[in-house]
Amino acid sequence: MVKITIDGKEVTASPECTILEAATKAGFRIPTLCHLKGINDVGACRVCVVEIEGVEKLVTSCNITVRDGMSVLTASPRVREARRTVVELLLSEHDCNCPTCPQNGKCDLQSLAEKLGVRTQKYHSSAPQGEPDTSSPSLVKDPRKCILCYRCVSVCDRVQSMGIWTIAGAGGHTQVVPEGGAPLAHTACTYCGQCVVSCPVGALSEKDDRDVAWELLNSRKQGKRIVTQVAPAVRASWGEALGLPRSVATPGRLVAALKHIGFDLVFDTCFAADVTVIEEAAELLRRAGLVEGQRSHGGPNARRMPMFTSCCPAWVRFLGAEYPEFLPCLSSAKSPQQMFGALAKTYWAQSFGVGAGDIRVLSLMPCTAKKYEASLDVMSSSGFRDVDVTLTTREISSLIMEEGVRVENLPEVDFDSPLGLASGAGVIFGSTGGVMEAALRTAYYLATGKNPPVDAFRVVRGTGGRREAEFDVAGKTLTVAVVHGLGNARMLLEDIKAKRVAYDFVEVMACPGGCAGGGGQPYAQGFEYNPEAGARAQTLYGIDDKAPVRFAHENPAVIELYDKFLKTPGGELSEKLLHTDHRLWGIQARSRRVMAAAAT
Amino acid sequence: MSYVRAPSPDRMESVIAEMTTSMQHRIALAPAGICPVEMTMVFLRLCHAQSCGKCVPCRIGLGKMADIISDLIDGRGDPSLLSTLEATARTVRDTSDCVLGVHAGSMVLRNLDEFLNDFQSHALESRCVGIFAGPIPCQSACPAGVNVPGYIALIREGKPKEAVALIREANPLPTVCALICDHPCEAHCRRRMLDDAVNIRGLKRYAVESSGDVPLPEPLPPTGKKVAVVGGGPAGLTCAYYLALWGHDVTIFEKYPKLGGMLRYGIPEYRLPKALLDKEIERILSLGIPAKTSFEIGKDASIEGLRREYDAVFLAIGCHEDRKLGIEGEEGPDVVSAVSFLRQVISGPLPVLRGKIVAVVGGGNVAMDAARTAVRLGAREVKLVYRRRREDMPADPKEVTGALEEGVDLIDLASPVRVTRNERGAVTGLIIRPMVAGPIDDSGRPKPVPSGRPDETVECDVIIVAIGQSSESARFKEEGIPTNKDLVVAGEDLSVPGVPGVFAGGDCVSGPSTAVKAIGHGKTAALNIHVYLGGEPVETARHPIPPARPSDMMPSGRVELKERSPLVRVRDFRMVEKGMSAEEALREAHRCLRCDHYGCAPLRSGRWYAWSR
Repeated sequence: MVKITIDGKEVTASPECTILEAATKAGFRIPTLCHLKGINDVGACRVCVVEIEGVEKLVTSCNITVRDGMSVLTASPRVREARRTVVELLLSEHDCNCPTCPQNGKCDLQSLAEKLGVRTQKYHSSAPQGEPDTSSPSLVKDPRKCILCYRCVSVCDRVQSMGIWTIAGAGGHTQVVPEGGAPLAHTACTYCGQCVVSCPVGALSEKDDRDVAWELLNSRKQGKRIVTQVAPAVRASWGEALGLPRSVATPGRLVAALKHIGFDLVFDTCFAADVTVIEEAAELLRRAGLVEGQRSHGGPNARRMPMFTSCCPAWVRFLGAEYPEFLPCLSSAKSPQQMFGALAKTYWAQSFGVGAGDIRVLSLMPCTAKKYEASLDVMSSSGFRDVDVTLTTREISSLIMEEGVRVENLPEVDFDSPLGLASGAGVIFGSTGGVMEAALRTAYYLATGKNPPVDAFRVVRGTGGRREAEFDVAGKTLTVAVVHGLGNARMLLEDIKAKRVAYDFVEVMACPGGCAGGGGQPYAQGFEYNPEAGARAQTLYGIDDKAPVRFAHENPAVIELYDKFLKTPGGELSEKLLHTDHRLWGIQARSRRVMAAAAT
Repeated sequence: MSYVRAPSPDRMESVIAEMTTSMQHRIALAPAGICPVEMTMVFLRLCHAQSCGKCVPCRIGLGKMADIISDLIDGRGDPSLLSTLEATARTVRDTSDCVLGVHAGSMVLRNLDEFLNDFQSHALESRCVGIFAGPIPCQSACPAGVNVPGYIALIREGKPKEAVALIREANPLPTVCALICDHPCEAHCRRRMLDDAVNIRGLKRYAVESSGDVPLPEPLPPTGKKVAVVGGGPAGLTCAYYLALWGHDVTIFEKYPKLGGMLRYGIPEYRLPKALLDKEIERILSLGIPAKTSFEIGKDASIEGLRREYDAVFLAIGCHEDRKLGIEGEEGPDVVSAVSFLRQVISGPLPVLRGKIVAVVGGGNVAMDAARTAVRLGAREVKLVYRRRREDMPADPKEVTGALEEGVDLIDLASPVRVTRNERGAVTGLIIRPMVAGPIDDSGRPKPVPSGRPDETVECDVIIVAIGQSSESARFKEEGIPTNKDLVVAGEDLSVPGVPGVFAGGDCVSGPSTAVKAIGHGKTAALNIHVYLGGEPVETARHPIPPARPSDMMPSGRVELKERSPLVRVRDFRMVEKGMSAEEALREAHRCLRCDHYGCAPLRSGRWYAWSR
């Protein structure tokens, strides 16, 4: 430990921590903007500067570590002047049409200007020119809002190992652009949206589909039935942007709020997650040779191991772009979002005597890549698009706000039946490790005919980048791994390729924390990366703990679905409606990047 | 009231002069990949500020050209602007009265020609193709890509062992480079904006000398692939080192009795003691690399044979062949090439020069090595004959100074015409033609042209010719290896076109060059051979770099390496230069600006890709 003095107060700190960390821990508040702890430590914005005794220049507190005896001033007149000037300079090159910005009210720059008391604009204002890049179905980049903090660049490179966001030009012409300067849709971007949740301003956002959702409501007048599904992780985060405590923002109030807006059939994606569990578990047992059976997809690769989970479209895109040779390892199961859509337009349509063409499926997802997934041509098993509109958590919060719903006054309402009935297994899909745990609960049952203890597979929970476990299922040892974050996924694939590891079953979620930390989740302020993911996951595990049914195969609505409609997991109808051949997604394999030998 | 004032530099002038010097440094340190279009605009603004305002083309034209480029940069350009720009530049060049305008106009024309692509992409697509490519200037300038700020930081924290291990991640010959590298890193050191470059090579020498033996990393498990490395010089050794680390079975084939190439047979003992070189080579071979010495490809084995027996072949035979002057009297005794002279000094018997007058022809490092070696062998006089001026010499200026300090007599602007011999055939002198510096040639130096003075005789007993070397690639050519003049042809990835599995690098591809460039080639080839053999780009173990400290950027002097006195050092072959003391090293290490932390280096994501991520 080292001793330092901050604004006259003596503080001890560990020698590897930055001045910012030491000061924050000791209760001081140093403003930051570009800094993203452990990820973006480039010191680009200069907002966090402090004065250090004996050092003539001001020093960025975010990336300089403490040294014994250091004496720091966090708010001297020089520091204050520098910070305010820096923010004024930033504002002079920022499109300050704040009221129409996706980050209005949540923007770090906006709140910084307020905190630092910026009231005048002393520089000639010259926001960058250029039109937003709306080429992708998921993400929008608006160059006029970009403040070049490089968070997106660092997150995409260091967390997701993709390097889609690059820096072009230099000097006053520096820009953040997709690699090669191409429109985003022409790159290998996975649409995970981690850049969006990391953006401190409104330069990156999801493709805005809120108006499409409002139009959907209007289409009820033409006799359309609007079927809404709510993804697991959305129930744990939807209240954050509305300023609601987790105790108020319950799943039941979300259903109530949606009904208040006019979405009268509110179902649960967790129901489809239960179906996914069954399909995937059955496929795993077939692949692992624990049961006999053939798959219609995959041909000679039908037994390729390991089997990868396939519910995360950003992960699927990653695999198709970076490791296309591994596509046959993906479970052929569609994601719960798509399974839900396909079942709504077939099973539910038949049961309730509605034509598939008269149903519109709206899904509420913690994810930006789900917009892409829903837009794929192959995702139309009923003859109609499985899912018509996908909104992120942020968008649904915005709809609730726009409608003026007083959420705290609403009584809790249950999801509608039958597609709203879900087990706890379906709910934990929203957290890293959740799909694995849910699938193993059912795989064990399918292989042995009896349920395992419900907490038998808890060890796959956690926050480690890669978690491994071995389980004995029907006399065979299943080796499993859970990874989250595409950087971790890449390392895992490299290890598999080099035969350093071997697994039977691997769960991959592109976003750190899984869907709980998804790219469609509410914005966070401050310099912590993904700060709410853990709390959201805990909410999901809490729901599972209290759920009356905790095995997907015991969900009565699912049992009825198989009895009345699908018959058997992996059967003909399942294959048609609930499975996909990922090779038909049309993902362009990324060309190998040329590396300069000299540069390190 | 005075009628006439005596000229005296006033304060304003001296401040402007200081600013101009710093401007020169800034421009010299421009990061690689900076947009040439924008630089042209800035250049024009400067020229415009210097215009006296008399003549129309300079007074108005320079500003208008800068405006046009500014429009191009801001995306307001259209292709017609390019032709307007060109016509304006031509007019400014052709019609300006004095050099202020003429020079500006010709620079714009030259840049338009040189960087047409950049100008066009700005004009047609409003796009800058420039890539800011040199975030850590020293590291980017190093052909081997050594993490310079990293090892200097380790030295500063008192960790020379870690510093050497870090250097080895990019360069397996740290001792060699500590002693003889031409340090292109220092030319790019950003510290030059403040005062002077960090003494990078000196610090490396301190690290090497104070670290003791630093163990090599563990090689990866064997891949079962076999690679033949032809030539045991810096390129071959480097390539063999990395391939062996990555698990390949490497064998080095060397024509001479010992490994090292030019490091051994070209660089004199007083610059690179052979005992240190031996140790460095032994350490590389300790990875389990067998070396077949005195083994000549083309005689003892063929390329075809190697290709059959090995999965890949790396050709790095260097440039050991003489270049002749092509003048009368050259053939015969006592006219030798510098390479064979230096080789003989190493392999013996020692040439007898005591009491003789030696003329060395040439102006490169090899000429300096030959001249300074001749001094140490007891030559009565050593004369350096060079056809251009001293400042045009390609040799390291420090080597030139060293030679002159040791009493070498420089005869510059002298072009050899004929060797005179007596009736017994012994050399009596070298007839030279006095030259004058003429127009600038393609090399950027004035071309020597006859001055009109009569020829002169340089009296001498021995002539050492150091006007370049060539590669012995002829016998490769017979085996289907493509060659151009006497060099082996290789692509950017150093693969030899049309001959799968064969790669080439070092001097035999680039022509005579520096050790560190050969090391860079060896590393590039190793990586591409590794990938050719089915390997994945390798992540080398990364030594943690100490965090940067708060930096004040206060100017401070550079610690130079001391040299032994010229009067003493000419009597032996011991090292000329002395290393740094711990205090000197610490002081010098403090000067590093840590461009790996301060500036855009931490933004490595997105700017460029590392050779192994």
